[in-house]
Amino acid sequence: MNNLTDITIADARDKLASGDCSAVDLAQAYIKAMKTGRDLNAYITETPEIAIDRAKASDDRRAKGETLGAMDGIPIAIKDLFCTKDILTTAASHILDGFVPPYESTVSANLQDAGAVMLGKTNLDEFAMGSANITSYYGSVKNPWKASDGKDLVPGGSSGGSAAAVAGRMAMAATGTDTGGSIRQPASFCGITGLKPTYGRCSRWGTIAFASSLDQAGPMTQTVRDAAIMLNAMAGHDVKDSTSAPVDVPNFEAALAGDIKGLKIGIPKEYRMDGMSPEIQALWDQGVEWLKAAGAEIVDISLPHTKYALAAYYIVAPAEASANLARYDGVRYGLRVPGESLDDMYLNTRGEGFGEEVKRRILIGTYVLSSGYYDAYYIKAQKVRTLISNDFKAAFKDVDVILTPTAPSAAFAVGEKQSDPVAMYLNDVFTVPASLAGLPGISVPAGLSQNGLPLGLQLLGRPFDEETVLRTAHVLETNAGFTLHSGVKG
Amino acid sequence: MSLDKDTVKNIAYLARIRVEEDKLEPLASELSSIMGWIEQLQELDTDGVEPMASVVDVQLPQRNDVVNDGGCRDAVLSNAPDAEDGFYTVPKVVE
Repeated sequence: MNNLTDITIADARDKLASGDCSAVDLAQAYIKAMKTGRDLNAYITETPEIAIDRAKASDDRRAKGETLGAMDGIPIAIKDLFCTKDILTTAASHILDGFVPPYESTVSANLQDAGAVMLGKTNLDEFAMGSANITSYYGSVKNPWKASDGKDLVPGGSSGGSAAAVAGRMAMAATGTDTGGSIRQPASFCGITGLKPTYGRCSRWGTIAFASSLDQAGPMTQTVRDAAIMLNAMAGHDVKDSTSAPVDVPNFEAALAGDIKGLKIGIPKEYRMDGMSPEIQALWDQGVEWLKAAGAEIVDISLPHTKYALAAYYIVAPAEASANLARYDGVRYGLRVPGESLDDMYLNTRGEGFGEEVKRRILIGTYVLSSGYYDAYYIKAQKVRTLISNDFKAAFKDVDVILTPTAPSAAFAVGEKQSDPVAMYLNDVFTVPASLAGLPGISVPAGLSQNGLPLGLQLLGRPFDEETVLRTAHVLETNAGFTLHSGVKG
Repeated sequence: MSLDKDTVKNIAYLARIRVEEDKLEPLASELSSIMGWIEQLQELDTDGVEPMASVVDVQLPQRNDVVNDGGCRDAVLSNAPDAEDGFYTVPKVVE
């Protein structure tokens, strides 16, 4: 049984069906890989016993001629932002010390119901706030790709542990969550595929909240086909999340068949930023050529309010975070640091329990929501959000999908960009606008930087049209011929 | 927009986050640089624009006002750092 950790979900589905390998074989191969890859710090909690139990159950089903579908027996990692029943759930924060949820998030329950085998809970930026996975209470995550001088690189964030686990072959696939780019940017940095579905496609119930009007769960996988397969198992209406959309879930894998002849691809001129790195521009141009060669029509479009998206995001997201994180009070769960009075206990608990970046965002959020500033900042940002959303609505009258780079650079070294919060925020310049508009977006590994590091291209689609996004992504992937193993195992 | 030390002290209290006295000044300058960068929004004319409340064009669902969950006190309290006799506890608030 060689290289079971190199195969895709689609391959594993075939091998399991033909009896070439068992779910227990797969689980054991990945449990070993988790152990040997511990230096990357991709996992906060490993759950090998659960993995073996669920893999056995999957094999037992198959022995009786039953299967739960394509995800049955597939070993996956779960970002430690999804509550998992009776298993430590941390959000990578000190303030959730010892929190063991008595319930299971809808997304992880859906995956379990589809037969997926959980390997463990992956590391992330604290409360999913960050773009480099350096704010975790449980330590930074390392990118499996190394700089040419051997230096450690960040995996991106906030779903950095999930991205590193998939790229480092310590999980066949993983769940992520994306608020402003937290699936797509780490996917780009680690050379994997990351899909943020339309807001409302996956239930948010049981996922620890950061910014509720933006948070959305999605798959992080080796291939576009795997993303399609896994999304089917995650998505669906849920009465427990009133913002989960009561719409049908199509067969996403079926959408990969067929071509993109005549499809209109928008190229937004505002994403051609001043000072954009030539290699990012070259990759983007290459993507245009691939899609053109596949019969798509390239259309220049304008999204005029793009330059204001990031600033609007850094009002809206912290504002929602400050409200959501008010629940960590030292009374109901997690850390409690004693104090003389109730107020003292709150101040001590929250002062000690939250990390620096989380505190910064809570304070910004508290400030922009405070009396006298609410209209000037929060309402202003919500108006800008309307303008950004209208830009996309107008563009999607003329085009079917939009092509942009995923991130302004390849993965950077650990320690870079840490002193200036705004420089760190600029990592999400290409991913945040679609988040504000609730649109589906995917990052596909499309090439290598001059230093041999992976770079992603991003495709954005109409609301609930993940199918066109996936089909177009599949064309990019086929042309790019990107292989993970050359870089990571080289 | 520049935040001074007293403003930071005030919002930190509103957010119930203890910030040591010597950390207030550096924090004020960090937050000021973030707010200064955000200030670019003010150049945009948003008169007459409706503030966005939700990105999805679906009407929020309603359900019958009936009890559909509960009876799980022990599960609810299982994570409390200092539960006693089936209750959460807090430091004394009434003299």
